[in-house]
This record gives sequence, structure tokens and C-alpha cells, in this order.
Amino acid sequence: MWQAIYEDLKDSGLEIIAVAFDTGGKAAVEASIRAEGCHERPDVLARLMGWSADLWARQAPPTYPCLIDEGHQLAETYGMVNVPQAVWIDEEGRMVRPPESAGTIDMVRHMNRETFEIADEPVVAGMAARSAYVEALKDWVKNGAASPYVLSADEARRRLRGLSEDEVLAANHVRLGRHLYAKGALEAAKHHFREASRLHPESWNYRRQSMMLDPESVGQLNAGPDFWAAVDTYSHLPYYPQADLSQA
Amino acid sequence: MTTVLYDERVTELNNAKIAGEHLWLNPTDLSAATGWKLETEGLCKGDTCVRTQGAWVDAEGRVDVSAFAQYMGQPVTREASLDVWAFGESVNARRDSLHSLQAPEFTLPDLDGKMHSLSDYRGKKVFLFSWGSY
Repeated sequence: MWQAIYEDLKDSGLEIIAVAFDTGGKAAVEASIRAEGCHERPDVLARLMGWSADLWARQAPPTYPCLIDEGHQLAETYGMVNVPQAVWIDEEGRMVRPPESAGTIDMVRHMNRETFEIADEPVVAGMAARSAYVEALKDWVKNGAASPYVLSADEARRRLRGLSEDEVLAANHVRLGRHLYAKGALEAAKHHFREASRLHPESWNYRRQSMMLDPESVGQLNAGPDFWAAVDTYSHLPYYPQADLSQA
Repeated sequence: MTTVLYDERVTELNNAKIAGEHLWLNPTDLSAATGWKLETEGLCKGDTCVRTQGAWVDAEGRVDVSAFAQYMGQPVTREASLDVWAFGESVNARRDSLHSLQAPEFTLPDLDGKMHSLSDYRGKKVFLFSWGSY
């Protein structure tokens, strides 16, 4: 769906860069792009993601760059706590909107855990949120700094994450865990991912990756019992805090 | 063998001394692993010098990298069973770089192995989004 948006906006000066946080590397990412499991249930996925029927119908393989970040380097340097999150970066390389949910709402809490089905009401809310976010993006591409969705420097700084001692320490555990994983020390790697998750409970990136390091699970969508147990345990932490599109 | 992760460097060393929670490196290894050099003014990197504290240098001239990192506010994480040490960025350094609102530079491979840097796209608006297969 981002591909359809890309096709609409690339001639107006928009570049899209997708970054996959995946310690499993290329194999895991390619497995996910194939995503057989998702294509078997397109109706469910469309409702989950909140895409309009128009954009959903225009699905196409991405022509924008899809990068692999095995070390979760961007999660650390940008303070991204879940996927998908997005940052808007202007022509001078300045962040005009720091990381936030890219138009998703907390749908995971409205989902049937066996069938992944969702009632109509949250689906409508999800589509409204996604559509508002996409419209805001289009407004920025058209109007640049004059767009009401470009945040003031103070507001942008206020929204930055990842600046506490614990978050910095968590990021360091992830870095170590990634190195250990690459060296084949799976159990030691898991220990450090779990430590990261404990230190930075808001990070669903860390939590989910720590559950998915076993070779047989690389590239699988994690919706097993451990994932749902975590959703319950951390019910006070929004899974996808909705992007605040109020005009600063 | 000791492995040190520091900034983007990964260095394997044979002469490190480990004492409890402390990693001691000789000046050659220190420079190779961290970029910090032991000079008369103290520990120096680029234009920055930090005056050496008494207990940082031992009788054989090794530097206590753990104590130095702690002084600098850097997180230190260790996997003792495999002798791997990770030194991260301090909260202050992170805050200074993020508060500039300058988007942190990165260079990452695409699925074909081709490298892309954020700075390649200067002059365009960039919508940078993250996702995961997990």
C-alpha cells in the first residue's frame, strides 16, 4: 500500500525508505515479503491494517528501497518502539515528525486471537486513522514546511523517545544480543534481548524479537501464546499509540 | 579472546585483562577498539581530551575501559561466558544528537546487498518507515 502512495507522490519529491528490523536478516525478511500466511487471509489483513479499499486494491511489490537492519540500529538511534513506525525527514535531513505509528491504532486488542477477526467498529476507527495519516503525509509533500503537520522544533523534541538511562542500556543489550546471535550463541543472545525488553518494556520491537530468535521461527508471524501473554501482561502499554495529528 | 563492540567497531583482542567487572586494555588495543588514544593530556579522540583519573591506568600502562566508559556515562553490557563487551552511547550524547532534530545518518543494505545511506536522499522528502517480519 505504501507502494501506491509512493507512485502517487514520488514525482512530487517524496522518497520512501522501508527498514526491516530483523535479527534473522535477509532470509527472515524475504520469508515475510512472501508472507504466504497473509495472502491466505487477505480480508482479515485488510481489516487489521486499516487500508482503504482503493489502496488495498493497488497492492504492488515495492520499488522504493527495502533495507535490512539486523542490529535494530534505527530502533536505537531513532527511538522506535514498534513496527510499523515512521519518521518524516525534510529536504535538509531534519526530522519534522519524529517516530510515531504510521496511521495504525491499537487493533491488536480488538482481535479474536484464533481467527484474527475484528469487529466492525474498531475496523472503521482503524481506517479513519490510517486515512487521516495518509492525508497528512500528502499535505506535507504538497506544502512542505507550511504544512500544519510539520511540528515545531519544541514539539518534535517533546515527542522524541529513547532518552532514558534504561532505554540506552536496553539498546546496548540488543547490540550485544545481535552480535551473539550472529556468532551462533543463541541462548546468550536471547538472554540479552530479554534483558532489553525488561529494561524497556514499552519496546514491542525488543519483546517480539526476543521471542522470535529460534531458527525455526525466523520469518514467522509471531501470534503465538507467548505474544498474547505479553499483550495481556503489558496491557497498560499501548501497542500502537495512535499518531497525534493535532496541528501544533 | 576478548571481543569489544564500540560504536560501529567490533574488535577481537588477545591481550585484554579482565578483573571483575573491569576490562583493561593496553594503549594499542584501546586505540584499535575504541578510537581513544592515551596521550599526555589524557584520553583523546579527535578534538576531545578527557583528563585521566588516577585509577584508570595501571602499573603496566593498561587503561580501565570500563571505568572510563562509566565516567563518560556510557552503558556497558557484558556476556561473561563468551568474553564479549558492548559499550554504548551515553544518554547525554544521544540527547544532544536527537535534540538537534537532524535525522541520524545510517547506511544499510537492501535485499540485493546494495548499500543505501539516508544522505543519498538529501534534497527530497523522506518517509522512513520501519517494519519487521516477527
